[in-house]
Amino acid sequence: MKMKRTIIAAALAALAGTAGAQVSDGVVKIGVMNDMSSLYADIGGPGSVVAAKMAVEDYLKATKSKLKVEVLAADHQNKPDVGSQIVRQWIDVDKVDAIADVPTSSVALAVSEVVKQKGKAFLITGAASSDLTGKACSPNSVHWLYDTWMLANGTGSAIVKTGGDTWFFITADYAFGHALERDTEAVVLKSGGKVVGKVRAPLNTQDFSSFLLQAQSSKAKIIGLANAGGDTINSIKQAAEFGIVKGGQNLAGLLVFITDVHGLGLDKAQGLIFTEAWYWDLNEASRAWTKRFVAANKGKYPSMDHAGVYAAVLHYLKAVDAAKTDDGTKAIAQMKKMPTDDPLFGKGRIREDGRKIHNAYLFEVKKPSESKYPYDYYKLRATIPADQAFRPEKEGGCPLVK
Amino acid sequence: MTEIFGVPTQALFGQLLIGLINGSFYALLSLGLAVIFGLLNIINFTHGAQYMMGAFLAYILANKAGLGYWWSLALVPLLVGAFGIAIERSMLKPLYKLDHLYGLLLTFGLALVIQGLFRNEYGTSGLPYAMPAELAGGRNLGFMFLPNYRAWVIVASLAICLGTWFVIEKTKLGSYLRAATENPALVQAFGINVPRMITLTYGFGVALAALAGVMAAPIYQVSPQMGADLIIVVFAVVVIGGMGSIMGSILTGFGLGVIEGLTKVFYPEASNTVIFVIMAIVLMIKPAGLFGAQK
Repeated sequence: MKMKRTIIAAALAALAGTAGAQVSDGVVKIGVMNDMSSLYADIGGPGSVVAAKMAVEDYLKATKSKLKVEVLAADHQNKPDVGSQIVRQWIDVDKVDAIADVPTSSVALAVSEVVKQKGKAFLITGAASSDLTGKACSPNSVHWLYDTWMLANGTGSAIVKTGGDTWFFITADYAFGHALERDTEAVVLKSGGKVVGKVRAPLNTQDFSSFLLQAQSSKAKIIGLANAGGDTINSIKQAAEFGIVKGGQNLAGLLVFITDVHGLGLDKAQGLIFTEAWYWDLNEASRAWTKRFVAANKGKYPSMDHAGVYAAVLHYLKAVDAAKTDDGTKAIAQMKKMPTDDPLFGKGRIREDGRKIHNAYLFEVKKPSESKYPYDYYKLRATIPADQAFRPEKEGGCPLVK
Repeated sequence: MTEIFGVPTQALFGQLLIGLINGSFYALLSLGLAVIFGLLNIINFTHGAQYMMGAFLAYILANKAGLGYWWSLALVPLLVGAFGIAIERSMLKPLYKLDHLYGLLLTFGLALVIQGLFRNEYGTSGLPYAMPAELAGGRNLGFMFLPNYRAWVIVASLAICLGTWFVIEKTKLGSYLRAATENPALVQAFGINVPRMITLTYGFGVALAALAGVMAAPIYQVSPQMGADLIIVVFAVVVIGGMGSIMGSILTGFGLGVIEGLTKVFYPEASNTVIFVIMAIVLMIKPAGLFGAQK
């Protein structure tokens, strides 16, 4: 522990070293913060920094804007205290104007508080908790990509409709898992299903066999995985080992990223059904963007989080130019005022509670024999139209909504 | 059906067995650490990284050289062991005379470097490693479905652990080793090459970590941080068992696996902290660990 603290201190000291680069207000600084080294690092990680830089480049080239923009990066290690510490430092010392990405809902909730206090802008793409636009909404945040309500609604109702009406949850034991479990449970109950049990597994668990065994003996038809990243991969891998799917139970990955499918391999992941907000092979524009992204990201394909960071940063820069200020509160207000339009998510808008509205997609993982080229992993099962994909504004309990 | 605290006894048997399987990994890893600490006085923080290298090497052998699981099981410990020997010769050796802290810092730094290199190359999502066909599937034990591969893990790790214990505690070679740690000068005076013995011991400890890595590859994701996630727990196991005690680390490894497994049933939220709670209690009551000799 002592060792860890020393390392954190050293990392902070290294960050402080950049303080000398403090520049005039003419510079818009965007800090991309996420998990750079642990279980969520492939979902966001360095790829999100690449995406943010691409957005800046594209924006400046397309609009000939006079803005000066800088992109910073940091690793929050999935720890709320580390995350808010870095953000304070960024805002107070390095004069950062906007924070982007921030997966891990517990960190995002903490950061949102700090950003609100300081009147900066928070472009959330990686975090999932629907509370970020619900009771914890903020005039300084936009929640771009997906949330637990969207995932639950897309995947949960689709599965209950096809007969999966008894559920057992294996839930990551922190804000995100709890929110995902709660939102999915609500959908299951509303669609006439039943929840027969749940178990809370600590974040970053290696061995899920105990939990899987509990799920097995519950006799639930569907085992809902309210977790993400490495946790999801390990659960699915070990479920195969314990013959869970062969025994007649089915897995529902409630939050699956393309990097997870890649890590599992198609033979283990085939048949999984889940909801995502973006897929690289959706249309011509997303394929063209992906080609450039892959070249800049050491051959790794983009996750929906990377696409989210790109689009959110792009819209933020438009808002800054339109509002002629990088004041966080004003920039976010401007983002909400202007309709959104970008090559990856198309036309959309941002609601008063900060929720970005766009389509969601129900995907199924292809069989190995159906996959024709690298990362050819998904079949589109259904498109959930933008106006149905997200929680109705009135139901979230966000104080900003009158 | 009979129940204990609301959990059916049948389900409990299953959980006990799973605890034993996880305990096998703790035992294998803590055994290597205990051997290295007991005989070399080095706190080997690279152990987790060496375990991870074992898993990655198995993956690389399978994908680049077409060598399957059984080949890896034989080759990988040798290769990673040789890597360990190179490190011992070039970096650890000058540190023996210094405080423990130097060895700890060096090995910790090395672990970060190795993990960083693998992360840079392979990312963090993990890579798939296929289970050997011979051990795929499983059998229904009545109270649970036991995958054949997990059964193999228990048997193999028990055999290796007991074999190591036997060699160190009951054979002549082992007696040399133990004598050399007590008084290297005297043992050397009898014409035994002590430095070489120490080098080989380190190599052996590292090979054990790599072996555990190969065994883990089909179950867990092969990812750069797989060792870092495990090593802290394994250190707690070694501390509870008593630093340097061979049998202590084996028994505590299996025992704590079981306790952790049971925690996952009764109070899952605490399953990743229970081992540290036990460590704190043991340190308060028996500072040298359950099986450690008071010095």
